Amino acid sequence: MKFEHYGRGMAKGMALTFKHLLRHPITTQYPEQKLNVSRRFRGYELVWYEDKCTGCATCAKSCPQGNIEIVTVQEGDRYKVLKFEVDTGRCMACGLCVEACPYQALYMGRGYERARYRRREVVLTKEDLKPSPERQPSGYANPEVEEQLPEQTLLVYRK
Amino acid sequence: MVLKAEPMLISMGPHHPSTHGVFRMRLVLDGEVITDMEPMVGYLHRGIEKLAETRTYTQVIPLTDRLDYLGSMTNNWAYVLAVEKLAGIKVPERAEYLRVIMGELMRISSHLMAVGFLGNELGCTFTPLLYMFREREKIMDLFEMVCGQRLTYNYMRIGGLSHDIPEEFLPAVKKFVAEMPHYIDEYEQLLSENEILLARTKGVGILPQELAISSSVTGPVLRASGVKWDLRKADPYSIYERFEFDIPTGTVSDVYDRYLVRITEMRQSVRILEQAIKQLPPGEARTKVPLLLRPPVGEAYAHIEAPKGELGFYLVSDGSIAPYRCRIRAPSFTNITALRDMLIGWKIADAVVIFGSIDIVLGEVDR
Amino acid sequence: MPLLPHFQKWLVENGVPHWAAYVVPALTGIIVALLFLFLMIIVYIYLERRGLGRFQIRPGPNRAGPFGILQAFADFIKVLTKEDITPTNADWPVHFLAPVVAFFSAIMILAVIPIQKNAFITNLNIGILYVSAISSLGAIAIFMAGFGSCNKYSLIAAMRGVAQLISYEVPVLLAIAGVLLISGSLAMGDIVRSQNVPFILLQPMGFLIFFIGVGAELNRSPFDLMEAESEIVTGYHIEYSGMKFALFYLGEYGHMVVASAVMTTLYLSGWKGPFLPEALWFIIKMVMVFLAFLWLRATMPRIRVDQLMSLAWKFLLPLALVNLFATALEVLWQDNIGWEQFPWPFVFLNLGLAAIFILVGSKLLFKTGGGRVEV
Repeated sequence: MKFEHYGRGMAKGMALTFKHLLRHPITTQYPEQKLNVSRRFRGYELVWYEDKCTGCATCAKSCPQGNIEIVTVQEGDRYKVLKFEVDTGRCMACGLCVEACPYQALYMGRGYERARYRRREVVLTKEDLKPSPERQPSGYANPEVEEQLPEQTLLVYRK
Repeated sequence: MVLKAEPMLISMGPHHPSTHGVFRMRLVLDGEVITDMEPMVGYLHRGIEKLAETRTYTQVIPLTDRLDYLGSMTNNWAYVLAVEKLAGIKVPERAEYLRVIMGELMRISSHLMAVGFLGNELGCTFTPLLYMFREREKIMDLFEMVCGQRLTYNYMRIGGLSHDIPEEFLPAVKKFVAEMPHYIDEYEQLLSENEILLARTKGVGILPQELAISSSVTGPVLRASGVKWDLRKADPYSIYERFEFDIPTGTVSDVYDRYLVRITEMRQSVRILEQAIKQLPPGEARTKVPLLLRPPVGEAYAHIEAPKGELGFYLVSDGSIAPYRCRIRAPSFTNITALRDMLIGWKIADAVVIFGSIDIVLGEVDR
Repeated sequence: MPLLPHFQKWLVENGVPHWAAYVVPALTGIIVALLFLFLMIIVYIYLERRGLGRFQIRPGPNRAGPFGILQAFADFIKVLTKEDITPTNADWPVHFLAPVVAFFSAIMILAVIPIQKNAFITNLNIGILYVSAISSLGAIAIFMAGFGSCNKYSLIAAMRGVAQLISYEVPVLLAIAGVLLISGSLAMGDIVRSQNVPFILLQPMGFLIFFIGVGAELNRSPFDLMEAESEIVTGYHIEYSGMKFALFYLGEYGHMVVASAVMTTLYLSGWKGPFLPEALWFIIKMVMVFLAFLWLRATMPRIRVDQLMSLAWKFLLPLALVNLFATALEVLWQDNIGWEQFPWPFVFLNLGLAAIFILVGSKLLFKTGGGRVEV
C-alpha cells in the first residue's frame, strides 16, 4: 500500500465532518417532542367495538399464533361474546386479524409505549380493548378512520 | 529450557459487537495471523420452515418477514412469487410496479446498513453509520406510511399488495429520489478516498472468481469477483425487463470492490426508482384470491435478487390450506461457506472487516 | 519568583515551624494541581461526548444537568456502585495495580507543567526528560492489565499495546530533540520563554511527527488498536469493572490532558498571548489541541497493527532524523546571524523543507507492510 493521494482523501473526509458539525441535529428529544406516527400504524394493541362484533371468530382463526381467545354462547339467533382476550405480549402486530374481520369491529391501535411490569397486564381483556381517549383506532385496513387521523411527520420534509 | 510455541485458539463468540448477530467463529491464531477458521451457526434457529407447515399460505407471510429482518419486503416478495407460480395467479400491473418500487427502496436501505456497519468495523466511531442511518430513517418513514410498520412489513399478499399506496407516498418518494444521489456523493467523499480505508481494504480478503462460482456465492460478493450475474437481468422476474439499469462488477475481488459494488448498486436502484415512478399505471392493487387458498398439488421454486444475494423459496403443496414443505434458500448461509478461504492468512483485524463485507444477517443463516 | 517558595517564605516570616512551612506549600501545590487535572478531565470528557455527537448530527448527552454538564458525575456514580469482579485465575496483585499505575503516571507529569509565568510545582532543570521518562510508564500499565487478566483477547491487546507504545516513543523523542536544539535548555519554563515565534512555525515537520506520535501514545483514533471495540472488544480493560475501570478511563483522559499541555508548552508557546490572562491562554491552547484530536477521531478509521509499526519505523523515524539534522544545521548557521532578531526566513525555509520531505517520504518510504501471509 502506498500513501495514495498524499492525504487529500483524508482532508476531504475531515471537511465533510466539519460541515456536519455546523448543522442542526436531526434528533427528536423524545418524551418532550413526539413524532406523529403514520395513519396506518400497526401498534401493539387492538381496539374492539363490541356492538359490531358478532362472535364469528374469523380474527382468531387468521392469527398466525393464536393470540385471540374468544368464548361465545348462543343467545337466540345471535352469539353473545363472553370472553374476548388478546395476548399482546405474543402479538407480532401483523394485522391479519384486522384485515380478516368482515364487520370492521376490530382495529389496530396507535400506541407503542406498551411496556408493563407484569406479564398478566399485557393480556387485554374485553374491558381493556374498548376504545377510549388513550386507545384510539388506527387506519390500517380501514380507510374511513384513516382520513380523520393527523398526518405523519416525515424526515424527508424536514431540513 | 526449550521454548514452545503453540497456536492460540480464540472463539470470536456469540457475544461480540462485530459479528452481525449471534455468530460464532473459532479461529486458530499464530500470533496475529489466522491459520484456520471454523464457523458455527445455529444460535438463532427458530424453526421457520417447520412452523410454515402448520400455517396457511397467508399466515406464512409474517414469518418470512423475520428471515432477513433488514430486507423484509424482498423476503415477502420471493415467497409470494412462489405461491403465485404454484397456484397460477396473475398480478395486476399497478401491483407489479409498486412491488418494484418497494423492492428497490428495500435494496437501498439494506445496502446503507451494510456499508455503514462496514465503516463501523473499520474503526470510524459510528460517523458513517449515523450519516447513513439518516437516509435509512427516511426510507423507514416511507414504509411506515404505506403499511404501518418500520421493520417487519407484511405488505405483499398473494395476488398483489395488501393495500394501495396513500396519496402522500409518491411526492415523498420523488423528493427522496431527487436528493439521494447527493447523499451518496457525500458518503463517497467521506469514505472512498480515505487513505487509511484504502490501506485496510485494498487487496484484503480476495475471493477468486472460480472459487466464488463453485461455492455458489451470490449477490454483491459474486459481482465483486467479476462475474456479471444478476437475477434481474439473467432470469427476469416481475417486470424488470422494462427498466434500464447497469450491473456493477468488480475487478480485484477484495473488500474495497464489494464496498464499491454496493455503492454503485444504490445509484442504480435510484435510477430504477425514477423510471418506475414515472411509469406507474392506475389500477387496483390486488387480484381477488379466496381467503383460504388451496393451490393444486405440485411444487414450485421462485427466486429473486434480494439485497444479499439469491433468495429462493421452494414450495410443495398437497392441495390443502397449508404448504406441505417450505424450503428457503438463504443467500447468507451459502455465502458463509466461502468465508474460510477468504480469511486464512490475514490478521484478526482483517477477519472482522472481511466478515462485514460479506454482509450476512443471522436471521437468514439460521432461519 | 515562583509562587510556592513565596508562600513558604511568608509562612516562615509569620512564625510557623520550619517543617510545617515546608510541607504545607507542597500539599497546597499538589491539591491545586490535582483539582486542575480533574477539572480539565471533566471539561475534556464533556467536550468529547458532545463534540462527537455534533459531528454525527446528534446532540450528545443532554439530560444530566443543564446541557448535560453533570454527565461525567452521573457516570462516576454509576461506576462506583458497580460490582468489582476479578477473574478466578487472574494474577491478583498485577491485576489490581495496573489501573493505579496507569493513572499515576499521568498525575506525576503535572509537576513540571508551566501554566503561568512562574506557576509550576517544581521547576526541574531536566523538565522534558522527566516527562518522557514518566510517560513510558504507561506501557507497563497496559501490559500489566492485559497479562494479569486471564483472557486471550486482553493478551492480544497487551502485546499490540506494548509494541505500539515502544515504537512511537522514538520519533517523539527525536522530535523533542529538535525543539531542544533551538531552545537550548531542558527546563520547561525556559522552553516557553525562548519562543518568540511559536515552534510550530519553526519546526512544522517536527510538530507533525510529535502530533502523530502522541496520538499513537494516547490510543486515540486512528491508532486506538489497543481498545479496538470492534475487534477485540476493548482489549486490555475487558476484565475490569467498577472503580478500576474508572481509573483506566480517568488515566486515559489524564494522559490526554497532560499530553496536550506538553504539546502547548513545546510547540504552541505555552502561556504567551496578548490580552487575556496567561493561564487562560494556556487552557485555550490545550483545548484546541484536544479538538484537533477529536476531529480526527470522528472521521478516520483505524489502522492495522503491522501498518502501525511500519508507519513508526519506516516513515516517522527517518523523517524525525532528517528534521533533527536540518535543525542542527540551522542552529549552527544562526550563530552568525542572531536567532532573536530574524527568525522569519527560517520559518519559510522550514515550511518548504517540511513539505518537500513529507512528499518525498510518502512517495519513497511509505510502503506499509503486511499482505497475506502464506500459511
